[in-house]
Amino acid sequence: MEMLQTVFSYSFAARALIVGVLVSLCAALLGVSLVLKRYSMLGDGLSHVAFGSAAIALALGVAPLKISIPVVIIAAFLMLRTGGKIKGDAATAIVSSSALAIGVIVATMTTGMNTDISNYMFGSILAMSREDVFITSAAASVIIIIYIVFYNKIFASTFDEGFALATGVHVELYNSLLAVLTAVVVVIGMRMMGALLISSVMIFPALSAMRVCRHYKGVIMMSALISVAAFIVGMLLSFLYDMPAGASVVVVNLVIFLIFSAIGKKNA
Amino acid sequence: MSLLEVKNLTVSFEGRTVFKDLSFNVEKGDYLCILGENGSGKTTLMRCILGYPVKHEGIINYNGFSRREIGWLPQRSESKTDFPASVGEVVMSGFAGRNRTGLFYSSAQKRQARANMELMEISELKNRSFKELSGGQQQRVLLCRALCAADSILLLDEPVTGLDAAAQNELYELIKKLNKSGMTVIMITHDVARSVKVGGKVLHMSDDGYYFGTAEDYVNTDFYKNISEVR
Repeated sequence: MEMLQTVFSYSFAARALIVGVLVSLCAALLGVSLVLKRYSMLGDGLSHVAFGSAAIALALGVAPLKISIPVVIIAAFLMLRTGGKIKGDAATAIVSSSALAIGVIVATMTTGMNTDISNYMFGSILAMSREDVFITSAAASVIIIIYIVFYNKIFASTFDEGFALATGVHVELYNSLLAVLTAVVVVIGMRMMGALLISSVMIFPALSAMRVCRHYKGVIMMSALISVAAFIVGMLLSFLYDMPAGASVVVVNLVIFLIFSAIGKKNA
Repeated sequence: MSLLEVKNLTVSFEGRTVFKDLSFNVEKGDYLCILGENGSGKTTLMRCILGYPVKHEGIINYNGFSRREIGWLPQRSESKTDFPASVGEVVMSGFAGRNRTGLFYSSAQKRQARANMELMEISELKNRSFKELSGGQQQRVLLCRALCAADSILLLDEPVTGLDAAAQNELYELIKKLNKSGMTVIMITHDVARSVKVGGKVLHMSDDGYYFGTAEDYVNTDFYKNISEVR
């Protein structure tokens, strides 16, 4: 406990904690919908696009968030087009590897593969500026509120798209909403977790929660709880043993997933 | 005035006519069974009635209700087998399309959901996980969801397919009970004997025309004789 106090007495660590908890919450909420809609790879594909656009923004000397958010939202729409179905994972694979390749080329030819680039690949929660923290927290809060407000509609269009459509739920609208929110979470989460790790933070808590919970609301709550807990534990490990923060969070998520799978099997 | 009027409905896909000049009426309280071989256009007709974007000629009139207020029971699919949702959550989602202004379910809707669950004899399953129920129980839950979405008309797509005989009878009894209490029922089915036994109306679709009329007259038609001989 004393250690916790010491760790978070640094202002950069306190900032990291606030941002991290908010982003973890968003990622967990959206992750449940992504997994259940069979869009698990969407976050991964988008994170590569986010990285590519961030590399271009750095080369141009523009704030990466300003370029990445619109670019990634457009990419999300492209991947989800035609009635809310991914046109096949092939489309996602092509878009994401192309964006990554372009990003790497642009980066090496201009700024070089410097710390900034590496930060976007693997995350650098402690290097976030005051402005980063503000934008990220605001975006994350808005996403959480939108998710709660549209909770019932999102459930209906996730559980049975055909039925929801027939009864007048604007399924397309909620699929688009999901795509936009996912895009924003990927971009703001990339700064914190890194492009290579953010998608796993979206998917892992949802999958772990689904091992043990049988109700939708239970899965949502459990997923949020796991996500925040994994983030805090991962950060602590990173402080104590000098491990990279983003990777630590992912590994904690993996451990939780393995434990929950075992519990789920035992109960089944 | 009829609750649902279909007039001269024609649908073609890529040059092939699915059905042509189809006309029939559904009155309040009717029990209409739609029969026909696979490919005769039953599913296409259902999609037209539900308002899916199907290119068609002819008229479908909904009198006194919106097409969004049709209680639809889709064909059983195995795709929901890993979806975590409680029976209560599934039933409540029947209201999701009805909340135009309010985003959350009202207490009146919750009351109605409880009443519908009582009617479908699934109250004690409320907190169970949908995916862990038997096929018959799942169909009753989805029928209950359809009731929440509907005021006056149910559209059931092969509701008993894949159920064992006991569960089939149970579901048929529930549907009959609903119909007796004034609910209009349209049921797509392969079960010719049951359609005749129900004693309502029959719409039989085939490649060479269609029959629409009472079940009583239906047994004297070639449509019935042909399909009965095949069996």
